[in-house]
Amino acid sequence: MSDTRSDPRYKRRPPKRPLRLSWSDERVRGIFWQIVVVAAVGSLIYWLWSNTSHNLAVRRIATGFGFLDREAGLPIAESLIPYDPTNTYARALFVGLLNTLKVAVIGIVLATILGTAIGIARLSKNFLLSRIAGAYIEIIRDLPLLLQLLFWYTILQGLPGPRQALKPMEGVVLSNRGLKLPALMWENAHTAALVAFLLGIIGTWLYARMARAKQMADGQPRKVWPTALGLILVLPVVVWYALGAPWEIEYPVLRGFNFRGGMNISPEYFALLIGLVTYTAGFIAEVVRAGIMSVNHGQWEAAQALGLRHGSVLRLIVMPQALRVIIPPMTSNYLNLTKNSSLAVAIGYQDIVSIANTTLNQTGQAIEGIAIIMAVYLTISLSISLFMNWYNARIALVER
Amino acid sequence: MSDASMSTGPRKPPITAVGPIAWARANLFSGWLSTAVTLAMGYLLIKSALSFVDWAFLNAIWSVPSNAQGPQTQVCRDLQGSGACWAVIGEKHRFMLFGTYPYEQHWRPALACVLFVALYVISAMRRFWRWELALIWVGMLTAIGVLMWGGVFGLSYVPQERWGGLPITLILATFGLAFAFPLSILVALGRRSSLPAIKVLCVLYVELIRGVPLISLLFMASVMFPLFLPEGMNIDKLLRAQIAIILFAGAYLAEVVRGGLQALPKGQYEAADAMGLSFWHKTGLIILPQALRMVIPPLVNTFIGFFKDTSLVLIIGIFDLLTAGKTAIVEPAWQGFGVEVYVFIGSIYLVFCYAMSKYSRGLEAELNRHRHR
Amino acid sequence: MSASADLAHVASAAKADARPAIELAGVNKWFGALHVLRDVNLSVALGERVVVCGPSGSGKSTMIRCINRLEVHQEGRIAVDGIELTDDVRALDAIRREVGMVFQSFNLFPHLTVLENCTLAPIWVRRMPKKDAEELAMELLARVKIPEQAKKYPGQLSGGQQQRVAIARALCMRPKIMLFDEPTSALDPEMIKEVLDVMVELAGTGMTMMVVTHEMGFARQVADRVVFMDQGEVVEVGTPDQVFNAPKTDRLKLFLSQILRGH
Repeated sequence: MSDTRSDPRYKRRPPKRPLRLSWSDERVRGIFWQIVVVAAVGSLIYWLWSNTSHNLAVRRIATGFGFLDREAGLPIAESLIPYDPTNTYARALFVGLLNTLKVAVIGIVLATILGTAIGIARLSKNFLLSRIAGAYIEIIRDLPLLLQLLFWYTILQGLPGPRQALKPMEGVVLSNRGLKLPALMWENAHTAALVAFLLGIIGTWLYARMARAKQMADGQPRKVWPTALGLILVLPVVVWYALGAPWEIEYPVLRGFNFRGGMNISPEYFALLIGLVTYTAGFIAEVVRAGIMSVNHGQWEAAQALGLRHGSVLRLIVMPQALRVIIPPMTSNYLNLTKNSSLAVAIGYQDIVSIANTTLNQTGQAIEGIAIIMAVYLTISLSISLFMNWYNARIALVER
Repeated sequence: MSDASMSTGPRKPPITAVGPIAWARANLFSGWLSTAVTLAMGYLLIKSALSFVDWAFLNAIWSVPSNAQGPQTQVCRDLQGSGACWAVIGEKHRFMLFGTYPYEQHWRPALACVLFVALYVISAMRRFWRWELALIWVGMLTAIGVLMWGGVFGLSYVPQERWGGLPITLILATFGLAFAFPLSILVALGRRSSLPAIKVLCVLYVELIRGVPLISLLFMASVMFPLFLPEGMNIDKLLRAQIAIILFAGAYLAEVVRGGLQALPKGQYEAADAMGLSFWHKTGLIILPQALRMVIPPLVNTFIGFFKDTSLVLIIGIFDLLTAGKTAIVEPAWQGFGVEVYVFIGSIYLVFCYAMSKYSRGLEAELNRHRHR
Repeated sequence: MSASADLAHVASAAKADARPAIELAGVNKWFGALHVLRDVNLSVALGERVVVCGPSGSGKSTMIRCINRLEVHQEGRIAVDGIELTDDVRALDAIRREVGMVFQSFNLFPHLTVLENCTLAPIWVRRMPKKDAEELAMELLARVKIPEQAKKYPGQLSGGQQQRVAIARALCMRPKIMLFDEPTSALDPEMIKEVLDVMVELAGTGMTMMVVTHEMGFARQVADRVVFMDQGEVVEVGTPDQVFNAPKTDRLKLFLSQILRGH
């Protein structure tokens, strides 16, 4: 045990070495080379910058972000917030950002579900299942994403027109104008049910913790699923029923040349979503598979030798270790999905890149436009990186 | 209690333990869930295989007649959805593969593609993994440049604007790798350097590039690079896109190389220092040969990634393989046959990427075998 | 509630109970086409200490792993404490509760502390309250002489310490039978002794043990019987004195000359 006061090794400090101004001193050389490199890079940047300002002046291109307050005149086909072409560029760009997030968030959720399923299928003992999953992964990973997006978009555009639209189910209409789904007329009762659902999830989590604590105290495990079922399913339904049980559904109806009413999913969004989800799921499947396989077989054996059942082994031993291996590359895949959503510009979905591109074409201010695109993605990337570093440090296996 | 029994020699296992019946029991029908899955998958597989064969072969149209107004594709259109129109491939494959390169000179880009493939194959073979490989690369790439441009050795000059299709994809990917690889080694070494200024520069470069999508770099190349250069100095679009791809690839490759440098045991660095080797000798003779060998599988995987990413130049209007495909169906006669075209182009990508991916997996298995013994 | 009192009770039951602790009758196992266990017959009484030795590939690890169904035998009968080993899940659960296993590569759970490693199975399988499980675990950690490491993680311990934790972890389930699969083969020489000391002390309490090992000194000191296996079959069985000093078969003589050359 080192007590810093009585341990003799803490008595003296190391001497400071003075800097000899001589080429043979390693530190002098280090400083010299750093100055050289910084000077070289600095002069390159200076040269580029002076060219740029000269060129901008000659072509009479404005600089600065003043254009953000100007009227955009930019039509945007789909938007989550109200927008019309008389709004400013700033608002147009914000709409683009929301469109990017709309496809990224939903894409991440769906890709995770599909990718995990395929990854587990790849590990299955059933020969057909694992080989089909393997073929899917291989083909998806060997084709460029842009090709896949164009492929899905072509298929969606090849669908019949609204008059001969496909109707796989009541209220679901698939045509070359997009996917139309029945929309629920949202009432207060539904908001209350949603709140009850969220409260149910929190309640279930609290109950599970309490059950675990009780089990630690007296050893008897308690069933959590009946209460979970009650809180998450039954409670919202009861709340909804108590508030009058409104259930008005608006079905898409053919009027003239297109369907009206209901929820509309444009072919651009749909194609982008399918392409991104199927592509990223292939990579997520490999991450999940590698994670589960990374857990040493000896861990399974030791846990089974102790008498734990398959489910308990998975829950207590394998998944905690597998998740440590899965989560870093998984977030990297989420980041890739977000960056890949920028390919929307190729099929006409107006995300932030597409709108910023149009903006820079209209205003001529290329540097600011591209700077905006890069700033958006850098912010997303760096925040995810920071979160990853924090998470990794927290769950790292403690070693000597 | 047993005593020393006479050994009767090994027996054959019971029929339910080995052989095709046992294999089927274990892998296809091992439980009622597995059996249900096998039956469902089998049914779907057979059904989709049959309808694919129907669409792609039995009902397909392989060529269409052509008259003074051009190809008559009505017969294809009538079958759209139930039969593939491979006639579009027959008509357009030269355009898709070589773009607007002069028709009689098509042997030149074709030969260039063959040289590219030869270059990949040579680089993949273990016995060529020495520094001399760089010379082979320089030689081959110069030969390809001469072939494509011409103007010497009796070959007619073909300006770069007329190049297109598969050679452009291969050029972007290969030249990208050729320049990005040395860059990535320098950046990886710089990132591990103890000199703070150099380390910060390298970290900034890598994190900035990895944080933004390739498309933004391509936009930068297409729209901003002309602003960076003094008036009168012009770089053509392909070169600008190539520079963007080099910068992009360099950052990702740098991370892979850095992984290799980190994985190399510290003892190697220490032994080299103990022998009195200078930094560059140590790096070139001891560290890099080992570190690079260790990370060749992830390097190949990264290369597969940006081989596919070269298709993004479609968005800035450069004529690569995918752009050629998309343009082929702009013509009114062939409009709407995108699926056939994308299947054709997809198969080309599939051939390249699958070969590389299989190579990388085989290599990884071999390296693991040697390491874990 | 002392653990050693429990084991003494087991030891006295050994003399009263004639039912064998482990019984293998006509056991055959194939890996694919390779016949790895050939007509293995063995019976271990309660309280008996059996050491299994043999060249690598002889099937000794496979045999011991068949006993708690980490490997599945295709022919023959295995019974543990009277319970038949079949596909029946309940029988398997009962057997695994009574049989503790120590592995060559320790297989400690790296994401749990030493204490949590030991209390995991008592809490989730034997349904002990957490406090009782921790008390039991601390007692057993004291027996293997590392109670001060309870809050550390396996990655922070040396190989010898990890293996001793693995032994304590298996003992926390209060098994009737302990199986050891080459427990010291992955250890540096200076750590082998500390693990063997623990095993000798365990044997002294009357625990039924089946140990696959190359440590002949341990066998001489502790074993009631030594089983020599080669190429999947049981070639010779006898007391340590009989097996080491008066080998009957040529194969055993060859094996002994190879093993004992350095000693």
